[in-house]
Amino acid sequence: MGLLTFKKGVHPPDMKLLSKDKKIERLTPPKILYFPVAQHIGAPAKTIVKKGDPVKVGQLIAEAVGFVSANIFSSVSGTVKGIEDRLNFLGTKTSMIVIENDEKYEKTEFTLLTDLQSANIVNKVKEGGIVGLGGATFPTHVKLSPPKDKPIDTVIINGAECEPYLTSDYRLMLEQPQKVVEGLKILMKALGATKGYIGIESNKPDVLKKMHELCEKESEIETVALKTKYPQGGEKQLIYAILKRKVPAGGLPMAVGVVVQNSGTAAAIYDLLKEGKPLYERIITITGNGVNEPKNFLVPLGTPINYLIEKAGGLKENAAKIIMGGPMMGFAITDLTIPAQKGTSGIVVFTDKEVYGEDYDVCIRCNKCIDVCPMDLAPYQYALLGENERYLEAKDWNVLDCIECGSCVYICPSKRPMVQFIKLEKAAITAEMKKEKKK
Amino acid sequence: MNKLKISTSPHIYSKFNVSKIMWVVIGVLLLPTLWGIYVFGVPALITILVSVIGSVFTEWLFTKMFKMKVRLYDGSAVLTGLLLALTLPPSTPILVTFSGAFFAIGFGKMIFGGLGYNPFNPALIGRAFLLASWPVYITTWSAPIRKGLNMVGIPQHLIDTLSGIPQNVVDTVTLATPLNALGQSIDFVSNGTITPDQLNSIQHVLYSKSALSNLFFGYTGGSIGEVSALLLLIGGLLLIWKKIITWHIPVIYILTVGILGWMFGGKGIFQGNILFQMLAGGLFLGAFFMATDYVTSPMFTKGKIIFAIGAGILVIVIRRWGGYPEGVCYSIIIMNAFVPMIDRFTKPKPFGYVKGVTK
Ligand code: SF4
Ligand code: SF4
Repeated sequence: MGLLTFKKGVHPPDMKLLSKDKKIERLTPPKILYFPVAQHIGAPAKTIVKKGDPVKVGQLIAEAVGFVSANIFSSVSGTVKGIEDRLNFLGTKTSMIVIENDEKYEKTEFTLLTDLQSANIVNKVKEGGIVGLGGATFPTHVKLSPPKDKPIDTVIINGAECEPYLTSDYRLMLEQPQKVVEGLKILMKALGATKGYIGIESNKPDVLKKMHELCEKESEIETVALKTKYPQGGEKQLIYAILKRKVPAGGLPMAVGVVVQNSGTAAAIYDLLKEGKPLYERIITITGNGVNEPKNFLVPLGTPINYLIEKAGGLKENAAKIIMGGPMMGFAITDLTIPAQKGTSGIVVFTDKEVYGEDYDVCIRCNKCIDVCPMDLAPYQYALLGENERYLEAKDWNVLDCIECGSCVYICPSKRPMVQFIKLEKAAITAEMKKEKKK
Repeated sequence: MNKLKISTSPHIYSKFNVSKIMWVVIGVLLLPTLWGIYVFGVPALITILVSVIGSVFTEWLFTKMFKMKVRLYDGSAVLTGLLLALTLPPSTPILVTFSGAFFAIGFGKMIFGGLGYNPFNPALIGRAFLLASWPVYITTWSAPIRKGLNMVGIPQHLIDTLSGIPQNVVDTVTLATPLNALGQSIDFVSNGTITPDQLNSIQHVLYSKSALSNLFFGYTGGSIGEVSALLLLIGGLLLIWKKIITWHIPVIYILTVGILGWMFGGKGIFQGNILFQMLAGGLFLGAFFMATDYVTSPMFTKGKIIFAIGAGILVIVIRRWGGYPEGVCYSIIIMNAFVPMIDRFTKPKPFGYVKGVTK
């Protein structure tokens, strides 16, 4: 079978060489850790500890509020120092639980499931605070609870890791592939799906080979090689690449009987159900030409970014921009005390030479952005409308279908900031729709 | 450590930029440009230099006067100047060429706000201006100085077969550009100077293999840059290969002209010659380098197809029934005017679009 893929997209240099061969190292937790109560899509969790409380590793410290929300656990043992409003990676403030590490690492007991029934699995996943680890941080138990009229026949594990630079999924799949396969099996069971796929980009031949070998005995699971192209790991793109099913515009993957989970999420589900470990640590790539020793760390969540960077040899003299997440969709941060959280797949540090310093230019209507948009949109319009603050009109140009992949900006010869305007436009449109609903 | 920079994603960019595109197009145009200089000699070189310098000067002047963004180095003014020169006869007087360049940049582009905002192709605006102001200069063609060929690119022994045809008709045929020759001979039939049979023999030599191959390789009279269809084709294919343009506009435009030219390009229906209609005049130059101009052509593939078909129809309408033997320039300018409308009506459907479902 040839390489599977979607239409359009871009080919940014993958830059994975920097950290690709660095084994996952378990990071010794720092002295002070910060746990934002909002680090998933949905309602922020409710803090259930208070200043002075002792906590253990894996102890629930903030509780999900409502269905679309997620539990939050401490990754160290120690004492709650306080609850503070602190800057997060979005540049806004979030309530964070501050915990001082006593370096004893006492663990809480987490009951293991003996009976792997669908409903039990979903409940356990909810209890374990699992969210999508690819960066979207959508609570996993919600995805595992499709409405009755939307049966799921296929689960796809996203092992594309199409963001340049990042290698956390790569290392995971290379070092612990069985976790991903087992996690997939659990997911299939939870959903009653009969077919599972693990999609991996062709730039990871070693992982592909390993997974193939592992899946050989599993008749229901297939490893598929995907073309190395961005955004191959976008849910809709991945489903189209593997199954040639088109998720309806404005719809969710479940509309075509599919659930997609990131490979890291599958492994987290394995850790939870087979080893009794709720989500309090994850693999994070610290990389980029602006950091001295690129690394792949198993990071206790709550660890501040500056600690991570320090453990990766520190910043180089010419470091100029720090990205939380991948370079295509991540967020630039300036405050390095921001903590690593569930959705943090990587930290990428750029040097001054790699940072685009000039202002953006006029649209020369080259239609390159249209040629690469995986959602078949007209990106140039979003910047044109945005420049004139005609945000609401972007709705007629289907801005709500945009997945903010950044391909359009990447290719634009004038470096026009489509995504920046798209975010503004989406916010304006959603606010407007809310207003109309109220009427 | 530097102060950390902040911006919205994405944080990496392709190496693709405006000046790179412009300089690649200019580079590709060097083929037909050098050929034009080779066949027409020094006058061609002078026309090209004046047009390019005039364009860059005008861009500079407007940038200074209206405090606009300086983009002299991105090559867009050079490209406009070069394209304009390629549509002009080599013998165009220096001042005329300069005015054309001034008008192209000043009133074709800068007045609208500069690159990206101009509705019409600036080079064609320059040419149209000259055609309206000094039609004589712009339609006074010179024969290629190399190869000892006549204007129309028909070898003498074929001309000699045109016996019994009045001398003024033969002169018209041999001293005009190929399209002009055809147009005028059709007129001669209409006013009774020659018989339809004689028209046939004229067409026979115009459409002869050697005449067409001279058209294709570039041994006819005409504008500096439109003589060699072959080199323009190579240049155009390079642009498609380099993904600077897509095939839609040039291919559909040229084919539309070919097919409609065959249907309506002669006296009576289906009397035209496909190859002749496609190769003569500035069609290849217009199709690959003018109609594909980013700023003034449609954004979406469907729109490009509509644009190309429309322009193709206009070329034949102008060639056959309009006042000019050549229709490429006006056909593109007219279609430029429709671009905003075409874009609006060809807005693409998003991925996974389901009819009737709104969010
Ligand atoms: S418009 Fe949205 S979906 Fe399309 S390329 Fe740009 S960011 Fe990606
Ligand atoms: S890629 Fe940039 S310059 Fe080209 S059409 Fe899109 S927004 Fe305009």
